Amino acid sequence: MTAALVVLVLLPALAGGGLLASGRRADRLAGPLAVAVTLAVAGLAVPVATARPQVSARFVGVVDGGALVLAVDGLSAVMVVTVAAVTAAVTAFAVVDVAADAARARFFGFLLLFAAAMLVTVTAATLPALLLAWEVMGATSYALIGFSWQVPGKLDAGTTAFVTTRAGDLGLYVAAGAGLAGTGGLWLADLEGATGGWVHVAAAGVLLAALGKSAQLPFSAWLSAAMEGPSPVSALLHSATMVAAGGYLLVRLSPLLEAAGWAAPAAAWVGALTALVLGAVAVAQTDLKQLLAASTAAQIGFVVLAAGAGGTAAGTAHLVAHAAVKAGLFVVAGAWLTSLGTKQLAGLRGAARRHPGVGAAGAVGLLALAGVPPLALWATKDEVLAAVTSTALRVVALTAAALSAAYAAKVLVVVLARPGPDEALDAEEAGTRRVPAAATGVAGLLAAAAVALGAVAVPAVAHRAKSVLGAAGEPSPAPELVALSAALAVAVVALVVRWPRLALAAERTALHGWAGLGRLRSGGAVLALARGLARLDERVLDRGVTAVSAGALRLARAAGRTDAAGVDGAVRGTADALLRAGSLARRPQTGLVHQYYAMAAAGLGVLLVLLLIGR
Amino acid sequence: MLLTVVVLLPVAMVPVLMTLPRSASRAATGLWVLTTVVEVALVGWMWARYEPAEGIAYEVATRWIPTVDAGYHVGVDGLSLPLLALTNVLFLGTAVWSVREQHRPRTYAALFLFLQTTVLGTFAALDLILFFVFFDLSIVGMYFVIAGWGHGDRQRSALKFFLYTFLGSLALLVGFIGLFLASEDRTFDMVRLAESPPLQDSPVAGSLVLLAIGVGLAVKTPTFPFHTWLPDAHTDAPAAGSAVLAGVLLKLGTYGFVRIAMPMLPDAWQRWAGVVVVVGVVSVLWGALVALAQTDAKRMIAYTSVNHMGYVVLGLGAAGMVGDADAAARAVATSGAVVQMVSHGLLTGALFLLAGFLWSRGETYDFERWGGLAGTAPRFSALFAVAAFGSLGLPGLSGFVAEFQIFTGALQAAPVGAVTAITGILVTAGLFLLAIRRLLAGDRLLPAVDRPRGPVDLHVHEMLPVVVLLALSVLIGLVPGPLLDVVEPAAGRVVELVSR
Repeated sequence: MTAALVVLVLLPALAGGGLLASGRRADRLAGPLAVAVTLAVAGLAVPVATARPQVSARFVGVVDGGALVLAVDGLSAVMVVTVAAVTAAVTAFAVVDVAADAARARFFGFLLLFAAAMLVTVTAATLPALLLAWEVMGATSYALIGFSWQVPGKLDAGTTAFVTTRAGDLGLYVAAGAGLAGTGGLWLADLEGATGGWVHVAAAGVLLAALGKSAQLPFSAWLSAAMEGPSPVSALLHSATMVAAGGYLLVRLSPLLEAAGWAAPAAAWVGALTALVLGAVAVAQTDLKQLLAASTAAQIGFVVLAAGAGGTAAGTAHLVAHAAVKAGLFVVAGAWLTSLGTKQLAGLRGAARRHPGVGAAGAVGLLALAGVPPLALWATKDEVLAAVTSTALRVVALTAAALSAAYAAKVLVVVLARPGPDEALDAEEAGTRRVPAAATGVAGLLAAAAVALGAVAVPAVAHRAKSVLGAAGEPSPAPELVALSAALAVAVVALVVRWPRLALAAERTALHGWAGLGRLRSGGAVLALARGLARLDERVLDRGVTAVSAGALRLARAAGRTDAAGVDGAVRGTADALLRAGSLARRPQTGLVHQYYAMAAAGLGVLLVLLLIGR
Repeated sequence: MLLTVVVLLPVAMVPVLMTLPRSASRAATGLWVLTTVVEVALVGWMWARYEPAEGIAYEVATRWIPTVDAGYHVGVDGLSLPLLALTNVLFLGTAVWSVREQHRPRTYAALFLFLQTTVLGTFAALDLILFFVFFDLSIVGMYFVIAGWGHGDRQRSALKFFLYTFLGSLALLVGFIGLFLASEDRTFDMVRLAESPPLQDSPVAGSLVLLAIGVGLAVKTPTFPFHTWLPDAHTDAPAAGSAVLAGVLLKLGTYGFVRIAMPMLPDAWQRWAGVVVVVGVVSVLWGALVALAQTDAKRMIAYTSVNHMGYVVLGLGAAGMVGDADAAARAVATSGAVVQMVSHGLLTGALFLLAGFLWSRGETYDFERWGGLAGTAPRFSALFAVAAFGSLGLPGLSGFVAEFQIFTGALQAAPVGAVTAITGILVTAGLFLLAIRRLLAGDRLLPAVDRPRGPVDLHVHEMLPVVVLLALSVLIGLVPGPLLDVVEPAAGRVVELVSR
């Protein structure tokens, strides 16, 4: 079975790489190939999940755990199946949704690479394997979000997503260093035992990485930008992959958060607050994809809350249920966008009635998102709430649950209404007015999954799931809690359906603009710092060097002058003096005898005087 | 003997080249490419036969200047073998890239062959004087490449490069003489100096000698604040010259640290490891941030070299913090530093060759004057994107293997420094994505040039070297085993030596 695990990961990676390398030549082949590969992966996922294999490939040598190790345990098994199934469904939708004349080889190539990275992420047992997959997933999400690079702003959205999530990724590098320092190795499972304070560093790093990837506070805004990507990309990014990866990692390393002490409550609070704030942001949106994006961060907030509260089974269940629901909803939103040419709620009035097939699937998904019984997210959210012991956290989480009912109901009211005038359509692109059968089928399948996963509410099923996940001892929700959350969801949905203006009021607040979270991701300050340093580099450091060399040049010129005027001058002066002396000495030699006599007489006279004085 | 052939073969071809008639430019470039192919094959053969456990192999020691005990002593170990291989691959790449060089191709080829020998000789040298001679000759060779085949303000840039790095090499010479005078048996032999390091008990003299050597190597590497010759030299150098300058000449500096400074001055290195770490971290952040602010693609790439070399210095500094971290972690950091030298050579070599594409098509590196290249030059764009992501440390390429090891290995020894340096990879991510957006996306924009030069996208002879460099980077990124088999034992030995 180890071979199956290897194929599970390498098949999409190699197929994706192959598509990317062949370029536009493979455009026609890309869609069918991607579907075949993802179906094969989905088929392989089941035996891999049951056999629980482990594979290892050499990476950085000398360190224990420096290899790329993939291992499947209960949690990984559940995640592998979820990722593979959702990827196959979304790929089938993408084949009919991505334009025929687009660079399909590039699209499906990156999609397959992305899926492979997520599969490695959920099976990684060592930090190098995790970090490798984690960052490749970020980079491929950049390429997928910015797929239409020709359109202004799309590549910027991808850049935002990558830079924001990478800011979190730095935490994983730190965690790896802490692992090496505190455990002498790089095994994920060993991190909780790190000694000498390194356990805190590791927990902080992991927390940072997970919050960034999962768009939790304060990193949430990249999700808003990521909506620039094609609909299938949104469907994948927001359900079983990318955003889910952070939640998964915290669930996986929940013991590490416990061991660090402060990290578990910190995660719980960040998760709960994200569920609350982003739930409110979702209520305030007027664009369906933006609303769904905010709701993604909010729903993953429940997963993070569960991981912080020690409810690993509950967190996993919520992650899986949300994956099915949200993938379905994005497929529906994408189908509407392609058909009706808009994702604005104003234009989507009656959308469900225009296309009853996807409309029904969308309605089921929205009811599940609202937490209405007996659907999936109602059941899994109760499991999460059961794991939470602090009253304050429970109140926050219940309020967030009420908000999710509100935003889901807000959409329901619009799409189930009588169709509006056609003028509001085609606000963003020219709609095709038809929904491909494949899209309806995929949406229907995912809606069916959203219903089926409601089975977690049956105690026997929940118990079985917990034993699979190795979390048999975790608490189950009390009946009164189940009833309370059900009543809350139904009541809020009823309220919003009766008085839709309740939800519309939020649109005029700062929440509509994602509560200003986008400002955090602007790189203005860094850019200003960079420009300042560049000026310093040019004007001080470089000019300093130039000044030194200019000084040397001046010194040389001065030395040259001294040399010419001083040393050489002295030499020349001496020579001149000698020359003058010579010419002076020549002057008496006139050749005239009477002058020689006169000189001899004068000389004798002088001698005589000297003799006389000398004595 | 094989090693001597590898080192001297390129320069031995120079007289052959010069006997060719001036008009036979095709024959000249053909001979150049052929020589570099043979060089790659030879170093591949050396690699295949090398046993990492044996330490120094292919050793040759001949008397040269017996009065000061300087000899022709060369050899190869796990530190130098990857760099020798990198050198030959990169020189092959530049030869192929330059097959259509129009300006005095015969002399150009001769100059590059000469340069190749000087670099190979520096990496192979096991004698300080030999090291110094090759080191200095490489500066001379590079000077002529920039001054003769560059563009823009090339004379000034070449002179600045020469004077700055030559001054650095003089500091290095002072340090070497210091080592010689302090050594027990008055020798320049590197192996013997490393075996019984001088100045272990004299902190002041040891520190001063390290200062001289450190400054000399820091100029070459270059680290903050000795890096300002780099952007000018690169901007005005021809593409092939830039690729060689950044790809291998900078490594002479970092290689000097692991080969000379750390094993021969372990006490001083330990004493000043903290300063080395700080210099590394400042270089990382300074290089990344200043690169982010550039408006010229080639200057930007040049500054990222300062950033990448900063990681190397950080890793080597951490390796010297003996009291703060266990040997295993410090060996990981050292191994990462050596891998980073190779990785940076491949990736930055590729990036500079690609920058040459911009100059040859539009005679400008200005971001403002390019746009939408993904549509007009898809081959260039795809390769540039891969190289950029490699350079920002994406896993799956060699940069990640290096930086991951440096960070994880250095964190224990220098937690604050390592965490600060890790933020550097965020800045490089931002700057490369910005460059991709400016060059590849947006409106189609090509600078108007008087001489249209055929098709816009990369020619085969331009694409081939870049593809090979990037393929090697991916290979190291996914299967680092064969490289690490060679590097890790050597890194372990360096850590052992520096811990004395």
